[in-house]
Amino acid sequence: MSDKPKVAFYWCASCGGCEEAVVDLAEKILDVVNAVDIIFWPVALDIKRKDIEAMKDGEILVSFINGAIRLSEQEEMVKLLRKKSKIVIAYGSCSYMGGIPSLANLNDRESIFNYVYKESPTVENPEGTTPNLRYKINDEELELPEFYNNVYALDNIIEVDYYVPGCPPTPEVTWNAIGILLSGKLPPKGSVIGASDKALCDECPLNETKPDKIIISKYKRLTEATPEPDKCLLAQGFICLGPVTRGGCEARCIKANIPCQGCFGPLDNVLDYGARAASYIASILDVPPDSEVVQEAIKSIRDPIGLFYKFSLAKSLFKGKVIRRDEHE
Amino acid sequence: MSGDGFEPNIIVFTCNWCSYAATDLAGTSRKKYPYNIKIIKVMCSSRVSPEMIFKALSDGADGVLITGCHPGDCHYVTGNHLTIRRYYLVKWMLKELGLGDRVDLEWVSASEADKFVEVVNKFVNKIRELGPIKLREEVIKKP
Repeated sequence: MSDKPKVAFYWCASCGGCEEAVVDLAEKILDVVNAVDIIFWPVALDIKRKDIEAMKDGEILVSFINGAIRLSEQEEMVKLLRKKSKIVIAYGSCSYMGGIPSLANLNDRESIFNYVYKESPTVENPEGTTPNLRYKINDEELELPEFYNNVYALDNIIEVDYYVPGCPPTPEVTWNAIGILLSGKLPPKGSVIGASDKALCDECPLNETKPDKIIISKYKRLTEATPEPDKCLLAQGFICLGPVTRGGCEARCIKANIPCQGCFGPLDNVLDYGARAASYIASILDVPPDSEVVQEAIKSIRDPIGLFYKFSLAKSLFKGKVIRRDEHE
Repeated sequence: MSGDGFEPNIIVFTCNWCSYAATDLAGTSRKKYPYNIKIIKVMCSSRVSPEMIFKALSDGADGVLITGCHPGDCHYVTGNHLTIRRYYLVKWMLKELGLGDRVDLEWVSASEADKFVEVVNKFVNKIRELGPIKLREEVIKKP
């Protein structure tokens, strides 16, 4: 092994898109490998947990951890990596804010197990078996990681130094972040690195077509109408979260005629991304202040939690839905 | 389901021009209203963003009452038009998050001290009946 800085990648509750994003660096990955040693990357390298346990504390320069925390095993692994690393980076929306997996916080373990293992129409499970922590077979006891009631963002579990947003982070954002880390000029702890610090609208190619005052009385969904290309999607009545979302993705979705869904998360000093998005989206509805008319217009937003917290429910102020089993209201 | 002797902790946002004047009038007229409320004066009811409401509830308020000028009377002409749009969306989001009906909006003009007392009484009673707020972290424990 050389004395190049050591870098680790790990995945938790994620889809694998973030691993893909690293590979999407294409030939630039060779520059990365020239500059650093990738010592741990379960998706690509055959290195085991005991190898990491054998390392000295702080021996790894940077650990890129993607995915939300859903299982006890993931918690153990990230705690181990935290101990062995100088810098921990929450890479991608899931580890940054909980991501799409954290929408499971609208349920709890019991309701998820009931549906997935018993009630789902494609499941046949007459004995009603659900995952257990231990299972005895042929005199041997097998152990499974524990499935938590909640999904957590990475910084709910361990200290995180920097965040790289995106679902997944684009190659440019990843490259910028690596550049910042290798340059040695590190921003203050807790910063979001690699992305822009302005809202997405700032870099959106359709920004010029955004009128000074947007006049819409009802929102449309993509299933109801096809957006015209080359015209601000909000002005057309589609819910685009660009104005409240951090830029840096070069408006990829919008270039494909899809409104921004907010995967880059909030700008600096925003307490709750979903509340900020809700505030904006509700305010620009141009309807008279009459209760019924307003409620009718608001209804056109459809699923507000799924929409505004699509990537950030675990990091929202309420952390998810309150489910009370003890009392019947 | 309300616990015995539960007294809710309530945040009331008042606007500088109408509803704060009403609270002032209620005070100088020596009208009685419940001590559960903590009044926060803002310049306009539209200053109360959903983030402020969520922050109040997640930090321990059992209910949030927003008060402002009647539509058409807003000092900033259309400020309260924004308030009402956000209000219905916030109410809906809180319902979806299982927190119940803990936010209300009432229009109270500067001269309506009686109405202020009435809406505060009504809201405090409503929250008292709903019981203390419970957040997900308190109800659904780790693991």
